[in-house]
Amino acid sequence: MIQTATETESCDNRSTRPDETVLRASDLNVYYGDDRALRSIDMAIPERKVTALIGPSGCGKSTFLRSINRMNDLIDVARVEGELYFHGKNVYDDDVDPVALRRKIGMVFQKPNPFPKSIFDNVAYGLEVQGTTDDVDIDERVERALKNAALWNEVEDRLDESGLELSGGQQQRLCIARAIAPDPEVILMDEPASALDPVATSKVEDLIEELAEEYTVVIVTHNMQQAARISNKTAVFLTGGELVEFGDTNEIFENPDHDRVEDYITGKFG
Amino acid sequence: MSTKIDDELFGSADLQWEKLKNKLFLGICFTASLFGVVVLVFLLADVAYEAGIGIVEFDINIGQFLTEGGRRDPEDAGFYAAIVASVWLMALTAVMAFVVGVGSAIYLEEYAPDTRITRLIEANLANLAGVPSVVYGLLVLAAVVNGFGTGSILLAGAIALALLIVPIIIVSTQEALRAVPDGLRNGSYATGATQWQTIRQVVLPAAIPGILTGTILALARAIGETAPLIMVGILFTARRPPGPLDSFSAMPSQIYVWAAQPQPHFHHLAALGIVVLLAFMLTMNAVAVFLRNRYEREL
Repeated sequence: MIQTATETESCDNRSTRPDETVLRASDLNVYYGDDRALRSIDMAIPERKVTALIGPSGCGKSTFLRSINRMNDLIDVARVEGELYFHGKNVYDDDVDPVALRRKIGMVFQKPNPFPKSIFDNVAYGLEVQGTTDDVDIDERVERALKNAALWNEVEDRLDESGLELSGGQQQRLCIARAIAPDPEVILMDEPASALDPVATSKVEDLIEELAEEYTVVIVTHNMQQAARISNKTAVFLTGGELVEFGDTNEIFENPDHDRVEDYITGKFG
Repeated sequence: MSTKIDDELFGSADLQWEKLKNKLFLGICFTASLFGVVVLVFLLADVAYEAGIGIVEFDINIGQFLTEGGRRDPEDAGFYAAIVASVWLMALTAVMAFVVGVGSAIYLEEYAPDTRITRLIEANLANLAGVPSVVYGLLVLAAVVNGFGTGSILLAGAIALALLIVPIIIVSTQEALRAVPDGLRNGSYATGATQWQTIRQVVLPAAIPGILTGTILALARAIGETAPLIMVGILFTARRPPGPLDSFSAMPSQIYVWAAQPQPHFHHLAALGIVVLLAFMLTMNAVAVFLRNRYEREL
């Protein structure tokens, strides 16, 4: 299974192979019923970098994100063709359990979705459902996750309060803490700041850059300035589920190959 | 001069008539809503008056009424056996209906694929909720009382009441489950939870106040049901409080029997019985409202 296939690689080699490709899409197509939402995507996402997916509404960037951790499996009409490799293993192979895959690839959603549980239980949720061994100190892991999510100072003396008592920005950082507590390798973010005010947004952006020191981050955003600020790699999707251009963020924003991409980035289109 | 300016500024539309129509409609709606309340108040007052007369003029002792079983002589008769029977009925009905109803609802909402068969089942559940209660009584009479030869025991009555409220519990539980935002389910799956873990740890805790509220309201309906119990065959006066396998007479059926007696003393016993029955129903409804208010802000 995927866990055994990747466990040996993941921890030890992270520091020694900084530019390793973690995720690679190869001729990936996604259909919703008869609609083709993604067209033959090829993309290699590097380890411990921030990769931004940008493009106009309905271009398929969120669909691509959800196909990485197989959240599209939950949609009855969604169908995936092609391959998506995680450390060289196609996650759509029959022997890959999507639950095991999602334990390696965490996700943060557009709308903060904390559970109606205490702050502590929200962060500990992943550890609990994934069944940690006895030598894992859950208190310590929760504290570390909250610190990494830049939320610890604000909640350390009220961990028993409901996660729903927090403000929108705090809720989103709580969801980030929940995603990183089980220590996944990849974190997927679907417009994580679009429901937040500017102050909360800048906190989340700072956080994303820090997360990239430990995790591979793939982020969908509507906001091109945000992509330019925080990402190392940028993928531009345009209408029809096409990946038009993929490369270093600087190149994409300063000197894109395609006129359509330039039009989109400079605001003439989309 | 001023009227001329006003006319030019706001046009000459005659708003008086439109406003009058609105007032008329408001009056009709208010009268309609008042009608139900007035009738209810009148009924309550009548029952309280009859019960009061029973206590004052017929010397009905409330202590004796609540501690004695049914008797042939109205002077000695009490409601205790019927109260115990109704409490037993509620407990057994609650267990059976909750397990079957909530289980079905979880299957239909969380597991069942969206196929034509699923939709057919859901459409028929709504119809089942509208089946007259006497039909469930007949069904249990044929299948359990005569079919299994149990006789008219309390458990058979509980089965009839459970059948009656299962569709109501299924529908209200489905609504409670649907009210749980999909974002919570997605958040759980994305954290690496299985479907069972998601349902057990995220969906059910979020839905349980709504599920309990619906179940209690359904039970409050069941406790007042007379027709299915009469069908199951309990039209008599019980002297001693029953167990699940004894013959019995519950609160509504005891009231029914008393009200049909010729002696006026029994009629006042019936009125007092109605007061007790209403107290049970109001308490259950109050618990349901309390649960709903307590938890509804948390999502």
